[in-house]
Amino acid sequence: MSTNAIPMALERDDKQNGLVVVAMEHLKKSFGNNHVLQDINLVVHKGENLVVLGKSGTGKSVLIKCIVGLIELDEGKLVILEQDMSALKGNDLIELRKKIGFLFQSGALYDSMTVRENLEFPLRRQLRSLPKAKLDSLVEEALHNVGLDTSIDIMPAELSGGMRKRLGLARTLILKPEIMLYDEPTTGLDPITSKEISSLILEVQKIYNTSSIIITHDMECARRTANRIIVIKDGVCAAEGSYDDLAHSKDPWIQSFFE
Amino acid sequence: MEEPILNQSQAERHDAKIISEVVSETISTSVIDKFFLEVASFSIFTLRFFKDVFRPPYELNELAKQAFLIGYKSLPLVGITGFIIGLVLTIQSRPTLANFGAESWLPAMVAVSIIREIGPVITALIFAGKVGSGIGAELASMNVTEQIDAMQVSGTNPFNYLVVTRVLSTTLMLPLLVVYADVIGLFGSFVGVNLSGDVTVYLFFSQIFQSLEFQDVFPAIIKTFFFGFAVGLVGCYQGYNSNKGTEGVGKAANSAVVFASLMVFIIDVIAVQITNLLQN
Ligand SMILES: Nc1ncnc2c1ncn2[C@@H]1O[C@H](COP(=O)(O)OP(=O)(O)OP(=O)(O)O)[C@@H](O)[C@H]1O
Ligand SMILES: [Mg+2]
Repeated sequence: MSTNAIPMALERDDKQNGLVVVAMEHLKKSFGNNHVLQDINLVVHKGENLVVLGKSGTGKSVLIKCIVGLIELDEGKLVILEQDMSALKGNDLIELRKKIGFLFQSGALYDSMTVRENLEFPLRRQLRSLPKAKLDSLVEEALHNVGLDTSIDIMPAELSGGMRKRLGLARTLILKPEIMLYDEPTTGLDPITSKEISSLILEVQKIYNTSSIIITHDMECARRTANRIIVIKDGVCAAEGSYDDLAHSKDPWIQSFFE
Repeated sequence: MEEPILNQSQAERHDAKIISEVVSETISTSVIDKFFLEVASFSIFTLRFFKDVFRPPYELNELAKQAFLIGYKSLPLVGITGFIIGLVLTIQSRPTLANFGAESWLPAMVAVSIIREIGPVITALIFAGKVGSGIGAELASMNVTEQIDAMQVSGTNPFNYLVVTRVLSTTLMLPLLVVYADVIGLFGSFVGVNLSGDVTVYLFFSQIFQSLEFQDVFPAIIKTFFFGFAVGLVGCYQGYNSNKGTEGVGKAANSAVVFASLMVFIIDVIAVQITNLLQN
């Protein structure tokens, strides 16, 4: 498919579904001859869980890295919380990033720090004059929320894969971000743990009214968490709809995700 | 592509082969290009350090921690090296001086060589090997595992937190380590003198202090700040800009040592020239 399946998404959605927190128009990104993102248009509304599907290597991780400015765009417009990303520099960018949580595909835990220090790190940087008692209680609460209470003083290297994912999640959630970006939150986990993570994502959405972009290959996770799904193919948004819409799609290519 | 069944890793290898062919054809220009690109990006990195070092937030906790790790943890290695250098230098120099009937000059000669040249340079090289490679490997592995990216998205300036603190620590700690190595080296020399003679501590050190001049000590200490700065900066540069992948970590550690050692010698040559100019 070479044309974009959701033209003019911005205008159409603005009024009907409430506040737009992330808006992308004609996003393009290439690495040399590798044209990863060719024309991406999408919006995320306040309080919405948007699931992004796509084969490995289609540029899903690149897409959300653009949102936090880890990767610079080649072309296109990216507006986040009503701020134009391309115009943001220095402290403004840092301020915006504080409102965005990013769960890395690899976890990206600070492996020279203990579990506790991993969680304290973002807190200390952003709320510099936090009293020790408050800090401790925030850390304990965050760990409790992801079910890691007992592991507070060990090193990340000693955690299992699922525990690392949950720690990464706790570290991102501890600052109560307005926008959450999950890069494959359930990959490599057993079905039960994935289910727990999916519920956690839903809980976060409910409690903090967070808007999220969830990248996943796990259809069960997509079914549980998605308000809306976008499928990326060949660098464009090839299909969009609710889980049921896509599950009943006639397109064999879309069907292949659901098998 | 002619072969559609090529999977991705095969395709990458195919590409890599084409690239290496192209590179070997144009090797002469590309090596020069690469050299200048590297110099340019290192210069930008250095400028960024000077821009960020004065800009808040000041990461004082991390600075203290790094200074401790970099300075304190190097004490045993630097101490042992210093002692051995002092000892060996003394033992080796004795016969030559004895030939000229100048054996009584032994403490003074060894002290001047240790303090002016051998202490600073050897300590800096050891420091490059231990600390420079450590910084290179640590930052590179943080880069590979996206920890630097994670810091960035959590609203921290990773350059300030990781690079500035480490470069300041090496700049401040190496001079202290050199002084420490000098002192232990002189003690080693004292032991060496006493292996085949009998000199009191008082006599030994009063001889040294009589022969030492301000021009011996001061420039030697000043240049160690530059050595420390170079080791820290090169280590951070190699780590921070490493390639993604495990092999990037090893390469970063390796180049950190190689280039930091090279920088130490270059700075040393420049420092000697400047000292000579100023003294004439
Ligand atoms: N920093 C980079 N430099 C060069 N190429 C990159 C970079 N990051 C990603 N790419 C390329 O962009 C493409 C998309 O990568 P990306 O990581 O976004 O895939 P993905 O959709 O997240 O896949 P997966 O589901 O396996 O995580 C890949 O071909 C990759 O080689
Ligand atoms: Mg990915």
